[in-house]
Amino acid sequence: MGQKVGIEVSIAAADAVGLCDVDVVAAYPITPQTHVVEHLSELVASGHLDAEFVPVESEHSAMSVCCGSAAAGARTFTATAAQGLALMAEIVYIASSMRLPIVMFLSNRALSAPLSIWNDHSDTMMVRDAGWIHVFCENGQEVYDAIFHAFRVAEDPKVSLPVMINVDGFNLTHVIEPIEFWTKEMVKDYLPAFKPLYTLHPEKVVSMGAFGMPEIYVEQKKAHDVALANSTPVIVQAWQELAKLTGRKYSPVETYRAEGAETLILAMGSICETASLAVDRMRDAGKKVGLVKLRLWRPLPVSDLRPILSQAKDVVVLDRSVSLGAASAPVTSEIRALMYHEPQRPKIHCTIAGLGGRDVTPEDVSKMVEISLSETDYDYHFYGVRG
Amino acid sequence: MTKPMDEIAWQEVEPGGVITEPGNAGCYHTGTWRSQKPSYMEEKCIRCWRCYIMCPDAAISANFENNRMVWNFDYCKGCGICAYECPVDAIEMVEEGE
Repeated sequence: MGQKVGIEVSIAAADAVGLCDVDVVAAYPITPQTHVVEHLSELVASGHLDAEFVPVESEHSAMSVCCGSAAAGARTFTATAAQGLALMAEIVYIASSMRLPIVMFLSNRALSAPLSIWNDHSDTMMVRDAGWIHVFCENGQEVYDAIFHAFRVAEDPKVSLPVMINVDGFNLTHVIEPIEFWTKEMVKDYLPAFKPLYTLHPEKVVSMGAFGMPEIYVEQKKAHDVALANSTPVIVQAWQELAKLTGRKYSPVETYRAEGAETLILAMGSICETASLAVDRMRDAGKKVGLVKLRLWRPLPVSDLRPILSQAKDVVVLDRSVSLGAASAPVTSEIRALMYHEPQRPKIHCTIAGLGGRDVTPEDVSKMVEISLSETDYDYHFYGVRG
Repeated sequence: MTKPMDEIAWQEVEPGGVITEPGNAGCYHTGTWRSQKPSYMEEKCIRCWRCYIMCPDAAISANFENNRMVWNFDYCKGCGICAYECPVDAIEMVEEGE
């Protein structure tokens, strides 16, 4: 077992990428992701990491370099946030559709305007349909472990898809936490060498990224959708192997004090730690409230969620982004949809909270539950909005 | 040779749509895109082969037995580059069907 150190989460994440012996890093610095890229460039410059660090001129180029590098068979990493992801978006879809196993550290930040460097999930929701694997993390140790897991899953020949590790900007990226490091031996046991399905190599010529006529486009989309759905068992198995190595257990959906809960809070990311404190307090006050943490956002673990949610009378979804003009916020919409045909289904409440870095405390979470349970319509509301 | 595109099931699609067989564009007859086609005037042709070199597909070749250029209209998309490049105006673009 490795050493336990107090370290900034971004720096630890970059160290994890270094331990994975990544071949190519192409990234453009953007708040609050900057420390990841900075530390990786230091590792390369100091000779601690034998990798190609490409200081690209934009995020669009960063993701383009990543596509080329992964296509050539190199272990590839990038990191970005909000506007950077927006600029990448065109190539984000191409990376997954071409089944290129890139790992991205996404420091979740609100999309402009108004210009905000602070945390919410609007960036990742923008590309939720792009066909990547999306994993959310609650604390620094989870972020650190997620790096090794992401490379293993992405590069598994049964998967061969890019993975986006969602890390709440500032709330996680900039905090100093005790993190148990992995040793080189652990990484060697856990992460096999990258053997791509195809590579760009003159000895075995292939074409990548060709156009798809209307006669074949549908088949290719269906194949991608099935590949993403089929990645779930590999993701789960990689978490099980990680548990054997570290003792830390991860799964697509995790619960906290959910047994016998009449009300379940459902959330993703660092807000889950806040919500678990709120659950403790509400449980102490005799309220039957539990927490459902959604770790795997894509592919959505539908069959895991249904039996958990159908036990409750009320589900309060904490959405950290807005889908302007929609029936509700992104996570709520999908939770409502997946429960619609269930014979026993809870009322599903939508609370939009923590936008653009607005602080969410355990007291806030308790209040959100209280408001949700007293509401008579099942629309959506912005928690704490003035006016 | 690769299956025709409209017979490939989703299970048969290579991951990421990778094309593993170089040159399989030949399976797909793109000549149907054509609205104009080159009309070749053999008597004017000086056999310089510029049309053959300039054709962005491989729709033009030489017939050595008859000492003339020939067009494969399964692939000629009617772009007109051959007519534009011909130094002696031996190729003229005419409306398809004329």
